[in-house]
Amino acid sequence: MREPRWFQWVRGVGLCLLTLFTVIPLYVMVTTSVKPLSDVQDTFQWWPSVLTPQPYVDMWSTVRLADYFVNSVVVSLGAAAFSVLIALFAAYAISRYRFRGRDVFRFTVLSTQMFPGILFLLPLYLIYATVGQATGIVLQGSHIGLIITYLTFSLPFSIWMLVSYFDSIPVDLDEAAFIDGAGPVQTLWRVVIPAAKPGIAAVSIYAFMTAWGETLFASIMTDADSTTLAIGLREYSTQSTVYWNEVMSASLVVSIPVVLGFLALQRYLVQGLTAGAVK
Amino acid sequence: MTVTSTPRAAPTSGAEPNGSRRRRPRLSKRSVPYLLLAPALFFELLVHIVPMLGGLWMSFLRLNQFFLREWMSAPFTGLANYRFALDFDGAAGVELLQSFGVTAAFSVITVGVSWVLGLAAALFLQRSFPGRTLLRGLFLVPYALPIYTSVMIWKFMLDRSDGMVNATLSDLGLGGERFWLLGNNAFLSLTITAVWRLWPFAFLALMAGLQSIPTDIYDAAAVDGAGLWQQIRTITVPMLSPVSQVLILVLFLWTFNDFNVPYLLFDQAVPSSANLISIHIYQNSFLTWNFGLGSAMSTLLLLFLLVITAGYLMLTSRRSRNA
Repeated sequence: MREPRWFQWVRGVGLCLLTLFTVIPLYVMVTTSVKPLSDVQDTFQWWPSVLTPQPYVDMWSTVRLADYFVNSVVVSLGAAAFSVLIALFAAYAISRYRFRGRDVFRFTVLSTQMFPGILFLLPLYLIYATVGQATGIVLQGSHIGLIITYLTFSLPFSIWMLVSYFDSIPVDLDEAAFIDGAGPVQTLWRVVIPAAKPGIAAVSIYAFMTAWGETLFASIMTDADSTTLAIGLREYSTQSTVYWNEVMSASLVVSIPVVLGFLALQRYLVQGLTAGAVK
Repeated sequence: MTVTSTPRAAPTSGAEPNGSRRRRPRLSKRSVPYLLLAPALFFELLVHIVPMLGGLWMSFLRLNQFFLREWMSAPFTGLANYRFALDFDGAAGVELLQSFGVTAAFSVITVGVSWVLGLAAALFLQRSFPGRTLLRGLFLVPYALPIYTSVMIWKFMLDRSDGMVNATLSDLGLGGERFWLLGNNAFLSLTITAVWRLWPFAFLALMAGLQSIPTDIYDAAAVDGAGLWQQIRTITVPMLSPVSQVLILVLFLWTFNDFNVPYLLFDQAVPSSANLISIHIYQNSFLTWNFGLGSAMSTLLLLFLLVITAGYLMLTSRRSRNA
């Protein structure tokens, strides 16, 4: 594309504005996380009166951050692992087999993305409570209940992405494995998965992020022992004070792993997105 | 080539040189794909399909705090919950209508602005220059942040009479004693916060879409004397429309169902100007424990989204067929 003068100007100004829009809140987060409490209770200042690492120390004792952190790690890792594993099998079936109900399944799974979460939050809450009463398996307020719930949130997108990855792997490789006497699961394991590694990594970070950030179901389905970060971080606001500096330091700490993971793998997410959209 | 793993394969084995595509079904016994799908199907049924049907059923029950313990025995009330929710002469109906209007305005503005910003950024970063990769990564950070952290940041900036936004506005001589999280200002705050974390997704998708447009089309247009603006209007935007169509639908469904941003931004006291439909239903269900009414309103929401989605898909597929 040949670029006229005016476009270079528009681009310069546009990129500056977008950068400011993106950076200012991030700047506020980082600088606030090293302010003393008195600074955040006073009129806003762009620079801390004293640079202090204290919020990073205090944030662990003001609320039970470590517990919430562990809960979120357990729930998100569990949800991501199971979601990806289940999606691998489903995507392999959709990519490699033609069978009755295939399109119905694809369509139904995708359309669950459209459901308002609030619609199935209420019944799911009652189902989990009933299952708990009937079988003694505690789903309400437990890690396992949250894992089961969250894994389904990322499942549709994961299946969709993995199908488009698997479709790009030549079937001849599968056939060679079949001739060697491997079954479908072995073929998936030994041939398809190694060839789809970037896609699997991208889907994993997506599933992890989905669980790590979920708030609506966490607000109803956690109790004091299973509170996740999404709910726990709100405890920095008490009746008398909001520990904004600690909110920001805690936010920074819980964000860094997902942001780095996402930035490292976003390239592969884009590949899956376009493969799906272009088809 | 005598290896045939299934009986079904035998008839097609003669046609083998036709290429790999037709050979696919032969890899299987008939039940294998269903076994592979079973776990996904089980969890989808457990968490989505069965609860959705349950919600549909609950919307016909008088399921309030008196019946919650034995919810199976709650009395059937037919369409009473729907009649109550849609009675626009009563307070509940007016509130639902008002919340619906707020949600529609919020979705349209948020999706529109996100799409425009995403497209602009994708176009600006199309050609390589020093710092391009850095900017690209930077723009994606708000989307990668967990929702609650990005909303917390905005809450802090908008909070109180002397927060960051007000302090900056008064430094610039633009007043700055406003309460951004109360009254009608709350709508603006909600929208900006939502756009901040959503537009990078539009950027990501549109950037990927741009890469699939072959460059020689632009060269041909340039030879014909088309200016850059014309090229963007007549080539880029139409060629992006498959990506845009999916993107806009997804963004619309996300924002229309959005719960997290208002819930985290306003805590318990969501002002009526920012009372999105999910919040409205949540408060009606879990604060008053009237699950029957909450389910009826959720079902109406789902019906509305189904109609909108079906209409949208019909409209866009017809237009792309005509094009």
